Amino acid sequence: MSPRRFLAVIGRYTLICLLLAFFSLPLLWLAFAPFDRAPGVAASLPSFTLDNFRELLDNENALRSLRNSLVLAAGTGAIVVTLAALAAYALSRVRLPGRDALLYALLLLSSIVTGTAAMVPLFNLAYELDLIDSQLGVILVLSGGLLPSAVFILKDFTDATPRSYEESARVFGASPLQIVRHIVVPLIRPGLATIAVWSVAQVWGNFLIPFLLLRSPEKSPAAVVMYTFYTEGGQPDLALISTFSLLYSLPVVAMFLFVSSRYGFRFHGGIKH
Amino acid sequence: MATDAAGLGRGRAAAFVAPALLLIAAFLVFPALWTVYLGATDYQLTGLAAADPQVTGLDNVERALDEEEFTHSLGLTLQFVIGSAVLGQAVLGFAIAWLLRERGGALRRLVEGLVLLAWILPSSVVAFLWIALLDRDDGTLNSLLGTPGTAWLVEHPMASIIVFNIWRGTAFSMMLYAAALGTVSPTQLETARLAGASGWQQLRDVVFPAIRGHILTNLLLISLWTFNDFTPFLLTNGGPGDETEMIPVFIYKTAIFDGELGYGAALSVLMLLINLVIALVYVRLLRRRDRAPKRTAEVVKSP
Repeated sequence: MSPRRFLAVIGRYTLICLLLAFFSLPLLWLAFAPFDRAPGVAASLPSFTLDNFRELLDNENALRSLRNSLVLAAGTGAIVVTLAALAAYALSRVRLPGRDALLYALLLLSSIVTGTAAMVPLFNLAYELDLIDSQLGVILVLSGGLLPSAVFILKDFTDATPRSYEESARVFGASPLQIVRHIVVPLIRPGLATIAVWSVAQVWGNFLIPFLLLRSPEKSPAAVVMYTFYTEGGQPDLALISTFSLLYSLPVVAMFLFVSSRYGFRFHGGIKH
Repeated sequence: MATDAAGLGRGRAAAFVAPALLLIAAFLVFPALWTVYLGATDYQLTGLAAADPQVTGLDNVERALDEEEFTHSLGLTLQFVIGSAVLGQAVLGFAIAWLLRERGGALRRLVEGLVLLAWILPSSVVAFLWIALLDRDDGTLNSLLGTPGTAWLVEHPMASIIVFNIWRGTAFSMMLYAAALGTVSPTQLETARLAGASGWQQLRDVVFPAIRGHILTNLLLISLWTFNDFTPFLLTNGGPGDETEMIPVFIYKTAIFDGELGYGAALSVLMLLINLVIALVYVRLLRRRDRAPKRTAEVVKSP
C-alpha cells in the first residue's frame, strides 16, 4: 500500500468515526437516562433501574396522552387508507376525464399547502366548524393533508397489479364490490400496509396541527403534552421525560423496521416527511 | 392502459373517488383559497375587526414589506434553508453516500441506522434530546468540548438550530444519493481512475453529471421541507428575543398568538407562493422523468 493510499484510508475512517459521533451523541441520552436512578441532562452510563418506567405507568397524564396519540393516528390511518384505496382503484381502472391532470394537481397541492403555510385558514376553518378542541377536527385536517400522496402512491401499486384475476372473477359472476373486496384488496395489501404505516407515523410525530387545534391537555397527544413537560419552567422531570420519550419513540422505530424488513425500503421519499 | 376489469363503470368509479376528493377539497384546497381572501382583509381574532372584517386589499403585503420584523424573519429563514438544507444536508448526505458506496456489512448498517434514527424519531423527542445536549450547566456537548457554562441555544441560537436540522434531516439526502450512485456506470469511473483522475476529478467529471437530476430533486425537496419546518420552534420558541423567529414561527406568533389573522394570512400567502414555485419546478422535473425510465422519489410530505 502506497503512503498516499494509506493516508486516504486513514482519512476515510476518521471521517466515518466523526460521523458516528455526530449522529449518536444526541441519541445517547435517550438510551441511558431512562434507566438511570437519578438522570441528569448529561449522557452517562446509568446506575441501572426500571423504577422510572414504573413511575411512568402510574402517571395518568402521560398515559392518557399516548392513548390520545393512538386515537388520532388510528383514526387518520383508517380514513386515509380506506378513502385512498377506493380512489386509487377507481383512478387506476376507469378512465375518468382529466385523471392525469387531477393526479398531478393533487401532488402539487399537497406539497404546497403544508400545515405551516395553511395554519391560519385551518385554525379559522376549525373555528367556524366548531372543531376547535376536537380530536375529530385534528383527524380530518391531517387526513386531508395526507390523502393526495396516499392516492398517488396507491395508484402506482394498483397499476402494477394484473387485471386477469378481476376479469375471471367477473366471468364467474362476482359483483364489482365483491371483486374489490375479495380480489383487489388482497392484491394491493403491501401498498395498503405501507400507506397505513406511513400515515400512522406521520400523525404520531405531528406536533403543529394538534398544538394549533386542541386546547385541553386531556385531549392532546404525546407530541404536545411532552412539549409541556419541558417548557413549564422550573426543573423539568428528567426521569419522566426520558422514559416517556423512549416509550413514545418505540412504535415509530418498530413500524419503520417492520416496513423495511417486510416490504423492502421502497424509496417513496421515505416513510417520513 | 385503464381497463375496467371489475366492471365498475364510470358512475361507481366517481363514487369511489368522491369521498377522498371531498376531504381534500375541504381541508386542503379550500384553506389555500381562503388564505388568499383573508390575506386581503384586516380580520382579527377578537375585537371590532373580528365581527366585521374589512377588505383592505394589498395593505397587509405593504405592511409586511415595510416592517423590519418581516424582512428580518425572511432573512433568518433563508439562512436556515441554505445553511441546513442546501449546504448541510445535501453535502453531508452525499458525503456519507460516497464514503459508504462500496462498503457493505455492519459498519455501513450502523452509520445508516443512526442517520435514519435521527430522521424518524418524533420531533418533540429530538427537540428535547438537543436541549439536553446543548444544556448550559450539564450538557454533554459542554463537557466534551470543555466549555462549561456555554448556553448554545442562547449565545448561538441560529447556528445551533442549523446544526440540529442537519442532524435531523440528512437521512433523506443520504438515501437519495446512495440510490443515485448506484446508477453511475462503474466502467466510466474505472476509466477515469485509470486515466489518472483524482477523487475530486472523478466526482466532477463523471459522477455529478450523471446524477444531475437527482441533485436537483434533492435540493428542491429538502428546501421545501426545511422552509416549512416548525420544529425549531420546539427548541427555541423563536427566541431569544426574535433571533430564531423564522417565517413559520413569525406567522404563528402574529396570527394565532397575537390574533392578527388577516396579517398572518397575508404572510401565509407569501409562503404558499414560494412553495408553489419550488413545487412547480419539481413537478416539471418529474413529468420529464416519467417519459424516461420510471423514477421513484415522489413528493411525500408532512401536513
